[in-house]
Amino acid sequence: MSKSASSNAGGQVRPKSGRPEVPMATAKNWLREMMLIREFELRCMQAYQDKKIGGFCHVYIGQEAVAVGTIAATEARDPIVTAYRDHGHALARGMSPNHCMAEMFGRVGGCAKGKGGSMHMFDRDNNLFGGHGIVGAQIPLGVGLAFATKYEDEVINAQKTGGKSNRVTLAFLGDGALNQGSVHEAMNLAGLFDLPVIIICENNGYSMGTSITRGTTMGHQISAKAEAYGMEGVEIDGMDVIETYWAMKELVEKVRATSRPIFVDMRCYRFKGHSMSDPRKYRTREEEERYEQGDPIGVLKAQLELRGLTEDDHKEIQREVRATVKSAIDWAEQSPFPPTSDLYRDVYREKWGPYTGSSDPEMLGGAENDCKFNAIDTTIDRKADLL
Amino acid sequence: MSIATMREIEFRDAVREAMSEEMRRDIRVMLIGEEVAQYNGAYKVSRGMLDEFGPRRVIDTPISESGFAGMAIGAAMMGLRPIVEFMSWSFSLVAADPILNNAPKMLYMSGGQFGCPIVFRGNDGAGGQLGSTHSWSVEGLFSNVPGMKMVIPSNPYDAKGLMKTAIRDDDPVFFLESERLLSMRGEVPEEEYLIPFGQARIARAGTDCTIVAFGRMVNIALEVATELEKENISCEILDMRTIRPLDAASIIRSVKRTGVCVVVDQSWSFGSPGSEVAALVHRECFDDLDNYVHRVHSADVPAPYAHNLEQEYLPNARRIAEAVRSSLYRS
Ligand SMILES: Cc1ncc(C[n+]2csc(CCOP(=O)(O)OP(=O)(O)O)c2C)c(N)n1
Ligand SMILES: [Mg+2]
Repeated sequence: MSKSASSNAGGQVRPKSGRPEVPMATAKNWLREMMLIREFELRCMQAYQDKKIGGFCHVYIGQEAVAVGTIAATEARDPIVTAYRDHGHALARGMSPNHCMAEMFGRVGGCAKGKGGSMHMFDRDNNLFGGHGIVGAQIPLGVGLAFATKYEDEVINAQKTGGKSNRVTLAFLGDGALNQGSVHEAMNLAGLFDLPVIIICENNGYSMGTSITRGTTMGHQISAKAEAYGMEGVEIDGMDVIETYWAMKELVEKVRATSRPIFVDMRCYRFKGHSMSDPRKYRTREEEERYEQGDPIGVLKAQLELRGLTEDDHKEIQREVRATVKSAIDWAEQSPFPPTSDLYRDVYREKWGPYTGSSDPEMLGGAENDCKFNAIDTTIDRKADLL
Repeated sequence: MSIATMREIEFRDAVREAMSEEMRRDIRVMLIGEEVAQYNGAYKVSRGMLDEFGPRRVIDTPISESGFAGMAIGAAMMGLRPIVEFMSWSFSLVAADPILNNAPKMLYMSGGQFGCPIVFRGNDGAGGQLGSTHSWSVEGLFSNVPGMKMVIPSNPYDAKGLMKTAIRDDDPVFFLESERLLSMRGEVPEEEYLIPFGQARIARAGTDCTIVAFGRMVNIALEVATELEKENISCEILDMRTIRPLDAASIIRSVKRTGVCVVVDQSWSFGSPGSEVAALVHRECFDDLDNYVHRVHSADVPAPYAHNLEQEYLPNARRIAEAVRSSLYRS
């Protein structure tokens, strides 16, 4: 049995008492979202076996409470960026399961027109700035998103906002990613520049087959690393969506008010293998079972049963999410493969002549979404006090 | 250029004027890098910019190329238009992941949703006896990546006009300055002008041999051409200005007239802009060529420190002249 298991047992971080009650409808909605993600991922696993999904595919089963609870604590205008285990974040942020599944299937109806795949989910409308495949790379980007919101609020729109930053970026990473150099550079920059970002380490105890104690110093208390960068480090029980929500709500409000970064050690566990081809030899079945008893969906269901959720209600939600995911699969399957002309689209913003060795190169497709390209409204007041 | 009020300024001033003018024009533009603000720039390119624009738009960073390049890319995804100064392109290698894996691919991977209007700039090339770690010419290494644009000016006028275009461009631009050129003086008009990408300049007209050159190499080729005139050799020199996009049409037009082509590219020869030009010319001008394309590159070794070795390492006047004579069967 790996040592990390005992140091990272799901549910060991006790929920704080004295939290207000979440309205039943809201909590039920979270249950639905978590069950939707679970169902989505189970069907992805099947579709992967059926070779409908290619490449690397990392499912989020076991960690649903993290995406749902953290994102519920944000506003839609708050940017989000994450790693390659990103389907849950995309769905929790409001991406249609159809577009998400179509991306998995490499179809033109996918959120990135089939150019990104499982690890690279992007959604402009929902302020999801990607899924990123290189471990840790999204943290400098996330710190940059926070830099930009602060710059926009405090420099460009200073007159409108009273010079006060008011958006919060969530930047997610895994516990293994915490050993990537660029993450530490980015944390230093976030601390140095007072950037409104919450760096959420989804600490599921493993990076592929390496338990946190084998790869990370202070693995029992990674929030200690935050201190070195002048930011607060907080531990949250990521197996309990209600606790995750309240704890995050507090942090989001704090960052909105102070424009100071915060680091979160989000305790969780991934129930399945790292990717589709992982026999999980590095951990015991007993350990897995122990965590499965703290299944975040089961935990929330039990909490809601105390407030009157019935077995029929639960079955109804199950039916609903099954139907949603089934139709997402149908939708994805009906979405065409990208036309081969798409190969040359979106490389540059303008049409471009790829170097073909010709004096008169064929001009190939630029990007379509001109108006959506710049998140920042350029019609804004330019006379803001720049200093 | 129409009648304009000319002044003579340094290359570094030209780059700074371009940045400052664009920052006055567009509040989304900001400058970030090591020592760019309080120190006025390690090479004084950003001198005075902190005073004019303040610390929110001219931003000193710690020595974290990967961190601040990635941060600037995130900001560009949100719609800011950062200019990132690398003290030297040699130091950009520790930021290879953000500048190669994120910036040029974001638009494509997101299906057109997020782009990266960003400029990376800094010193490129050997010549200052800095030894191998500090003497990178990144042209060959980086221009391999689709989704980016690469600019390599040879003089102050071009540096200013190209930098303004770079800042307004919606795609990531790699702007290669040369520390050897920063103090070069040249005429630059007071009036605003922009130079489009992908349009080579005929730095010297000639009839016998086309020399295709990039950046600082243009100036060395010009010296060689003056010398070769004494041998009755008339060289036409193309200053390519940008490597991506590459102005294939100008190269082909010139070589079809001269029938002879020499490429001068300070990066290593293997898989380089020079080899790309050679492939292009061999394919498009096959029947017009009197000789195979001769290429002058840095020697295929790490950059040495010793002055004499470094001079021999870089494309120099002697090697360029030899290539021209050889391609004309005059050696
Ligand atoms: C720079 C880099 N190195 C290695 C990999 C291969 N890789 C992908 S995921 C992963 C493990 C990361 O674990 P963690 O950060 O804990 O995230 P989790 O998978 O647990 O969500 C590795 C080694 C990669 N994608 N990028
Ligand atoms: Mg992990």
